[in-house]
Amino acid sequence: MAFITANWNPLGEAFYRKTELYEMCWTLRDGLRDSLVAAAPYGGPIALLRESHRRSPSSRPQLEIYSASGVAIASFPWKSGPVVQLGWTVSDELLCVQEDGSVLIYDLFGSFKRHFSMGQEVVQSQVLEAKVFHSPYGTGIAIVTGSSRFTLATNIDDLKLRRLPEVPGLQGKPSCWVVLTQDRQTKVLLSNGPELYILDNTSCTAVCPPGLSPQAGSIVHMSVSFSYKYLALFTDTGHLWTGSSDLQDKLSEVDTKKTTTPKQMVWCRRPKSQQPSVVLMWDRLLMVTGVCNDTIQFPIEDPCVLVGELDGVRIISSVYQELLQEVPLVCQDIFKIASMAPGALLLEAHREYEKSSQKADEYLREIKEQSMLGEAVRQCVEAASHEYDTSTQKSLLRAASFGKCFLTDFNPDVFVSTCRELRVLNAVRESSVGMPLTHTQFKQMTLQVLIDRLVYRQFYQLAIEICHYLKIPDYQGVSRVLKHWASCKVQQKDLSDESIARAVCVKVGDSPGVSYSHIAAKAYECGRTELAIKLLDFEARAGEQVPLLLKMKRSQLALSKAVESGDTDLVYTVVTYLKNEMNRGDFFMTLRNQPVALSLYRQFCKLQEQDTLKDLYNQDDDHHELANYYVTASYREKRLDTRLSLLQSAVDEYNKAKNEFAAKATEDEMRLLRFQRKLDDEKGAGLLGLSLQATMEALLALGLHKQAEQLYRDFRVPDKRYWWLKLKSLAEKEEWEELEKFSRSKKSPIGYLAFIEVCMKCNNKYEAKKYVSKVTPEQKVKAHLAISDLEGAADAAIERRNDSEMGAVLSRCSASHQLLIERLNRARAAAAKK
Amino acid sequence: MAAHLSYGRVNLNILREAARKELREFLDKCAGSKAIVWDEYLTGPFGLIAQYSLLKEHEVEKMFTLKSGRLPSAEVKNIIFFVRPRLELMDIIAENVFREDKLHSSRDFHILFVPRRSLLCEQRLKEQGVLGSFINIDEYILDLIPYDGDLLSMEYESAFRECYLENDQTSLYHTAKGLMTLQALYGTIPQIYGKGECARHVANMMLRMKREFAGSQNQILPVFDTLLLLDRNVDLLTPLATQLTYEGLIDEIYGISNGYVKLPPEKFAQKKQGEASKDLPTEPKKLQLNSAEELYAEIRDKNFNAVGAALSKKAKIISAAFEERHNAKTVGEIKQFVSQLPHMQAARSSLANHTSIAELIKDITTSEAFFDNLTVEQEFMTGVDTDKVNIYIEDSIAQKDPLIKILRLVCMQSVCNNGLKQKVLDYYKREILQTYGYEHILTLNNLEKVGLLKPQTSSRNNYPTIRKTLKLWMEDANEQNPNDISYVYSGYAPLSIRLTQVLARPGWRSIEEVLKMLPGPHFEERQQLPAGLHKKRQQGENRTTLVFFLGGVTYAEIAALRFLSQMEDSGMEYIIATTKLINGTTWIKSLMDRPESQTP
Repeated sequence: MAFITANWNPLGEAFYRKTELYEMCWTLRDGLRDSLVAAAPYGGPIALLRESHRRSPSSRPQLEIYSASGVAIASFPWKSGPVVQLGWTVSDELLCVQEDGSVLIYDLFGSFKRHFSMGQEVVQSQVLEAKVFHSPYGTGIAIVTGSSRFTLATNIDDLKLRRLPEVPGLQGKPSCWVVLTQDRQTKVLLSNGPELYILDNTSCTAVCPPGLSPQAGSIVHMSVSFSYKYLALFTDTGHLWTGSSDLQDKLSEVDTKKTTTPKQMVWCRRPKSQQPSVVLMWDRLLMVTGVCNDTIQFPIEDPCVLVGELDGVRIISSVYQELLQEVPLVCQDIFKIASMAPGALLLEAHREYEKSSQKADEYLREIKEQSMLGEAVRQCVEAASHEYDTSTQKSLLRAASFGKCFLTDFNPDVFVSTCRELRVLNAVRESSVGMPLTHTQFKQMTLQVLIDRLVYRQFYQLAIEICHYLKIPDYQGVSRVLKHWASCKVQQKDLSDESIARAVCVKVGDSPGVSYSHIAAKAYECGRTELAIKLLDFEARAGEQVPLLLKMKRSQLALSKAVESGDTDLVYTVVTYLKNEMNRGDFFMTLRNQPVALSLYRQFCKLQEQDTLKDLYNQDDDHHELANYYVTASYREKRLDTRLSLLQSAVDEYNKAKNEFAAKATEDEMRLLRFQRKLDDEKGAGLLGLSLQATMEALLALGLHKQAEQLYRDFRVPDKRYWWLKLKSLAEKEEWEELEKFSRSKKSPIGYLAFIEVCMKCNNKYEAKKYVSKVTPEQKVKAHLAISDLEGAADAAIERRNDSEMGAVLSRCSASHQLLIERLNRARAAAAKK
Repeated sequence: MAAHLSYGRVNLNILREAARKELREFLDKCAGSKAIVWDEYLTGPFGLIAQYSLLKEHEVEKMFTLKSGRLPSAEVKNIIFFVRPRLELMDIIAENVFREDKLHSSRDFHILFVPRRSLLCEQRLKEQGVLGSFINIDEYILDLIPYDGDLLSMEYESAFRECYLENDQTSLYHTAKGLMTLQALYGTIPQIYGKGECARHVANMMLRMKREFAGSQNQILPVFDTLLLLDRNVDLLTPLATQLTYEGLIDEIYGISNGYVKLPPEKFAQKKQGEASKDLPTEPKKLQLNSAEELYAEIRDKNFNAVGAALSKKAKIISAAFEERHNAKTVGEIKQFVSQLPHMQAARSSLANHTSIAELIKDITTSEAFFDNLTVEQEFMTGVDTDKVNIYIEDSIAQKDPLIKILRLVCMQSVCNNGLKQKVLDYYKREILQTYGYEHILTLNNLEKVGLLKPQTSSRNNYPTIRKTLKLWMEDANEQNPNDISYVYSGYAPLSIRLTQVLARPGWRSIEEVLKMLPGPHFEERQQLPAGLHKKRQQGENRTTLVFFLGGVTYAEIAALRFLSQMEDSGMEYIIATTKLINGTTWIKSLMDRPESQTP
């Protein structure tokens, strides 16, 4: 702890430090010599393509993939063509650019994913050099070919090749070049001897870096910063020019006094820092050059690889990996010797406090007197986030926590989140995981991406624990991990469908947002249809499930899933599909097993395809519905004989359905139709289509009593209804004599009150009166009232000693019936006494 | 404009606003002037969501009714079809588009499917070769429409027929979707109860959909404590009976459609002094009925026999209020009076309207025919002579009374007798066929299929047991100051509402036996709430139950539920949702099949 500044090296105003990240886990026989190396930024994986040490033509180079800590992930002999360049995509896929211009893409575990070509003409001219770069559009590739032409692809996931214009006077490859991304445009900056050119889509422009001394010589190496903002140019006289990448401003020019071209040159700069610097590497020397004319020099023993990061440079050798970075300002404040910054005092206070020394109080007072305690805590927290060593982190955080106790209104959020994030960072920095992320990088790449990357590496367990620990909503966190896990699981060829399905189901369960159909689609892609079906069984969203089942030609299953979902539109979709796919017989059989689908299809047919409907009923021996179908059809028919024959079919079907009533009723209907037709023909009665009742009514109105009588008997019309009919008909035609005769024909089944009421309706009181004597005693009062004979009604009511009837009569009496009222009241009273 | 939706226990205006927002968003998607071509069926339901003014604000300049042939000309940029996803409508649209293209080529076409887009329909448009002509094909998810402060309706007329007759459960899918939308706005409903096959199906779909949406956990504090799903076929009896509440009778006699009623104009003639009622208005009087009208909210759920008293009481209050002007002495008092004038005038015109309606209804309810009909209904409901042919029905057939009236009565007798003796049933059927025509055999078949008519099977009639256990008949129903829901039918307590009432207290476990006699399963489901959303109930705070009637609900049943909400000791408030507001007539009508006769 005391020596925390021991590895700090001053450069101008700033300090630089080298922190050891890992002792590499790998054992490389030849170190990094003679290998093509690609290490991804943000603590990404490392790929090595090592030439075989037995230099025989038959031997193949070995492609090896390691984590950043050197843990072997994959290794396989390279069987394809010669590789010019390796590189990593933003989603941790390995790109291998071959001499013939084809690019092979492998995943982290060395399995081949796909390939594409950088253009046909390249096959001839060959790739001389290639660069993999990252831009807001994704991962891109740039190549320069043997015919000195550049080709760009800005996003390999949406491949659009752009061949850049010719560079005047360029033979072979340029002495050095970089890819720049400016103003949403990707350009190439290249130097050819003393000339410097910018190549964009349409033109090649000669440029000159401002302020580059004329005697500096020609540019032999160049490097662009992580953010594409700064550019460094190295000349053959050892001059290093730095400036903005748009070549508008110059930062500095330093004479390194080295005339050999550095093997690598990388920007080393942290965001917001005022001190950009460039790291140059030669065979045995590492030099940090700043804006000021100072340099720091580190000797190196082993061939190394530099990896530019957002806030520093990683140095990978065959034994160690180190991080070289500018010491963050807040760390300087706290740890600089004799620093009086509030954070430094707080750290000291806490140290004394732990020693139970009263000096703790003195330090605290000193901070508080300046009212800087809040700032002190903030400094300690921030410094902790930049420290790589866990014990330093701890002591800073403890100090912060200690200082916090003396503050009343301190918002603890930053403290808590920093603690949490550090815990996560420490976990992923573990050598076994091997992601040496700084806090700044972590914030830049976001937690989402960190989880994705853990998932690519198949650290599912750790990813899930992080999700739980940071309390990320399931559908953003755990679910995504599970989804990836499951998609990976289904590809395990050594496991049976059954056990995979079970494993997936147990782990994924009902996790929100995990789409089983997505997993199933993966399984189907791998040719495991059975597994896909098993997985689809867990899918809750039928809308996703059904189309995939149809695609896999599991139409029956698709149908039952659609039915289960209750989404009738989906059912119709499957049904329509089946109808086109299957022959009619099979189609009907399939529907038969799915009553819901069948009834929906019937509805469809009812509206659209009547004939199919008949076939459907036939197939199902549904005689009842078939009969109904014929009945409906008969009404659409104009010609009577066709209509009758359809009705006959209906009768047959009703009989088969053992619906005697309906059969009989339909026979009656046919009988009635024939009768109507006959009479229409004979008398022009216009009966066809009328109901039986209406027919009789019409006949009576026409005076065809005999024919009406015939229907009444033939169709066994109940007496009551017939009597009503005849009564009304006669009254309407005012055939009063006929009516009286009819009333005497036999005892009226509808009583005689009906006669009175009908007569009264026709305003014939005289006729009505004739029937009063015939009504039953119970209806006497009503009968008298109907003809407005209050006296008679009163007599009858009093005779029957019926209180409510007397009441009914009373309610009809008006003042002029004084006597009657009194009589009724007396009778009521008498009745009440008894 | 829709303030009455927000007065209730649950602010249903949120739902309406959500629906309006979505409509506006769609309209804005079609930039420029627009003409809407309406599937006529949708205009009523849409009226509950948005008036013409809203459409106008979004550049809707013309409205047409969808019909075959050529579209009327209109100088607009966009033609938007608002349609239900039905194949026959697609054919019409295709024809419209086909004939259009030759004339103008500059008009853009869009389709808005209500309530959901359909692959089947799009397929049909594709077959017709017009799918490519549409710039936007969208769906407007309009399942549950706020109908009043405590009432949601899907306005899905054919739901009962589709579910029970045609075995087409599309409406149930929409129901489940609608309930999911509702939960998205008002929080997950922790408890679901249900009775009936359809209820079970809806609950299953809801739980399934919840899994589909899993992940986006609903963080809204639940407004509803309980959802009760009831199949209409659990209680076939209630809609058959004549409703006796004010609103129920208006619906029975004049029919309320999408919240509006059309009344015979005579009684509403403006009587101006000195001007004899020379020309009576001939157009029917159209009135909107909802709780926005204070007086109507007060009397709608009363038994009609209590409406007269309520109206005269109100009349006195209003005239007393107008008399106040004589007491107003100071300028301040006069000012106060004047400020209240508009409100009082509105109250007075509302009173005049309802007095007229009450008079119209009274003419009918005091008629002998109404009384006789009611007597028979009540006899059936109390189980008097339900197993023989009823003379009144017989006579009514002989008198050729409207068929629907006959069907209502016969079905009612069948339901109250748990089926009719084969002889009796056949007799009725023969009478109906002979009198009204043989084509009605299809309708009779339908009624048998849904269980409204059925032959008695060997099992004994369990209706009396149900009636006694659930106290469906109350002898001493108090119509003026009711103390029980039976007042809505003057004696008969609707079975559906009894089930709801018992569920709240003491719980369905007490009536297991009866539940087993009613068709379909009964069930209970719980939906997990995220921690922290469990309600901490204040003492005396009421619980809220959403009662969903699958296949329709009557105004009288709603009245009964409102009565329960208002009962002081019930501790429960009810919000009502349904596929459609029905009465016996509209219900039976939806089950009828009328083949169109081609005979000249």
